[in-house]
Amino acid sequence: MKKYISDLRLVSTEELSSDYFLMKFTSNEPLPEMLPGQFVEVKVDNSPTTFLRRPISVNYVDKETNELWLLIHAIGDGTRVLSALPVNSIVNMVYPLGNSFTMPEKASERLLLVGGGVGTAPMLYLGAQLYAHGFHPTFLLGARTASGILQLEHFERFGAVFCTTEDGTMGEKGFVTQHSVLASQPAFSRIYSCGPKPMMMAVASYARKNNIPCEVSLENTMACGVGACLCCVEDTQKGNVCVCTEGPVFNINQLKWPI
Amino acid sequence: MTASGTFGYGPEFSDFIDVTRLGAVIVKGTTLNYREGNPYPRMAETPSGMLNAVGLQNKGVNYFAEHIYPSIKGLNDNIIVNVSGSQIEDYVATAEKVAQLDGVTAIELNISCPNVKQGGMAFGVTACGAAEVTKAVRKVYPKTLIVKLSPNVTSISDIAKAVEAEGADSVSLINTILGMAIDAERRKPVLSTITGGLSGPAVKPVALRMVWQVAQAVQIPVIGLGGIMNWKDAVEFLLAGATAIQIGTANFIDPAVTVKIIDGINEYLDRNNFSSVQEIIGALEV
Ligand SMILES: Cc1cc2nc3c(=O)[nH]c(=O)nc-3n(C[C@H](O)[C@H](O)[C@H](O)COP(=O)(O)OP(=O)(O)OC[C@H]3O[C@@H](n4cnc5c(N)ncnc54)[C@H](O)[C@@H]3O)c2cc1C
Ligand SMILES: Cc1cc2nc3c(=O)[nH]c(=O)nc-3n(C[C@H](O)[C@H](O)[C@H](O)COP(=O)(O)O)c2cc1C
Ligand code: FES
Repeated sequence: MKKYISDLRLVSTEELSSDYFLMKFTSNEPLPEMLPGQFVEVKVDNSPTTFLRRPISVNYVDKETNELWLLIHAIGDGTRVLSALPVNSIVNMVYPLGNSFTMPEKASERLLLVGGGVGTAPMLYLGAQLYAHGFHPTFLLGARTASGILQLEHFERFGAVFCTTEDGTMGEKGFVTQHSVLASQPAFSRIYSCGPKPMMMAVASYARKNNIPCEVSLENTMACGVGACLCCVEDTQKGNVCVCTEGPVFNINQLKWPI
Repeated sequence: MTASGTFGYGPEFSDFIDVTRLGAVIVKGTTLNYREGNPYPRMAETPSGMLNAVGLQNKGVNYFAEHIYPSIKGLNDNIIVNVSGSQIEDYVATAEKVAQLDGVTAIELNISCPNVKQGGMAFGVTACGAAEVTKAVRKVYPKTLIVKLSPNVTSISDIAKAVEAEGADSVSLINTILGMAIDAERRKPVLSTITGGLSGPAVKPVALRMVWQVAQAVQIPVIGLGGIMNWKDAVEFLLAGATAIQIGTANFIDPAVTVKIIDGINEYLDRNNFSSVQEIIGALEV
């Protein structure tokens, strides 16, 4: 896929919950096709401590309004400066980067999309694309507490949504891998996941035990984002491979996780 | 030119720029045998720069010659292979193999990588060692031989003179400066290798000083690099005596930066009524 460097204009920023921001950008040119699981490298100006670009997942692409949505968890200087930008700011991005989630083979497949924290970001676009291709995905979203469950109304447009919170303030209490929907029949035939590593490892371990094909999206720190520096590698069955080009999406069988 | 290890093999950037416009593409560090590189994490962002500890991950010179070279041949008129090793025999064997590739116009001998145990830097830190590798490779490599120098030394001019005496056609400098990053919260080093190589604007003043010193010390052309982010930085290196420059870390911040720098240098020359870039090389008024 051809990659672009573009200046996008910030249309709006909405604080969904404390430190979580939904930022919508638009471009004068029609946005190129982007696949679920792909990411953009955002240049953050006016943050003296932020030297490199920041990789951020495609949260959604609205073709009608020509908008790219990014879901930002403000955890450091780069993401904080980004989320505080005034409307109409121009932000330079390189995109679309990385591989994408594998589309299911059969229309009858039962698909489970598990997201935790800001890792729910690519799950929305994946769900939207699956829905557009005639699938009815099931979403399982996890957070510490109710306010961490984000974009619920958008997920509901594309499939059934179940939640877990560690404190029980929304959905079932506990972790995603303890949710009752996992036991529902017929069993899920494919799982996609993105979130904190311990969560993805628990999901991967569940998938392996139950023989369900599973893909996860990794968040290794990056420098170039285009396969030029070899900084972002993950140790896989094929040796060290770049997460920015051969990932961020990996089948769990490619990884050397102790699951 | 593009600095080794920061531009992949070139095609990574062909969506962003016309790669034929560059003076040369210097590909990733290539060794005799396959190298897995260092474990993740290999990178730490630092004030105005970054540390890397990639550790020369590459598939070996045979794989390069058979699988990568055919696909990048013609990408640019000057494809330069950055050759690394841990023993003289490895450098020689790798250079012999590279010499057979028509489309490769030069070797850049990396005797200065800080990220491999008993790696090239052992050669790069003494004038004796640097001379020894240069001499051995010179014997088997008839085309242009550039030797890339380490800044992690007390007198870089002495090393430059030593490799010049053994027949190097040019020297390039600087490679990364040995550094370190610590995660205070976890009380652990950020890099898996504890130390790594610093690059980016943070190293520019050091690089500029060294290019200036080496340009005074040797007759052969000096290629300057280290923290060049824009045309102005590039012009400073030319004024200090570099006859060519390389762009490294800046490619990560702006994948189109190289051609912008070429355009910027040309505009600078026009604005100041210089008819050729030759006129500003070493033209620093002191
Ligand atoms: C493919 C990919 C997709 C991503 N998608 C999103 C997204 O959609 N939304 C979002 O908010 N974030 C996403 N991230 C993470 C985001 O890139 C980092 O949070 C961001 O770089 C932090 O920058 P900062 O300057 O705010 O924080 P920094 O000051 O750089 O870091 C703050 C703290 O976070 C840690 N940290 C930084 N980057 C990472 C990382 N990649 N993994 C683990 N810890 C890290 C640092 O060690 C430090 O402790 C993604 C990362 C990748 C690789
Ligand atoms: C990620 C990374 C990988 C590098 N790999 C190599 C290498 O394989 N061989 C080499 O001679 N130099 C390597 N370098 C050093 C650069 O070529 C260059 O000398 C250094 O980064 C300083 O220039 P800069 O500040 O413009 O990046 C690497 C640098 C970086 C950042
Ligand atoms: S971030 Fe540079 S290779 Fe992946």
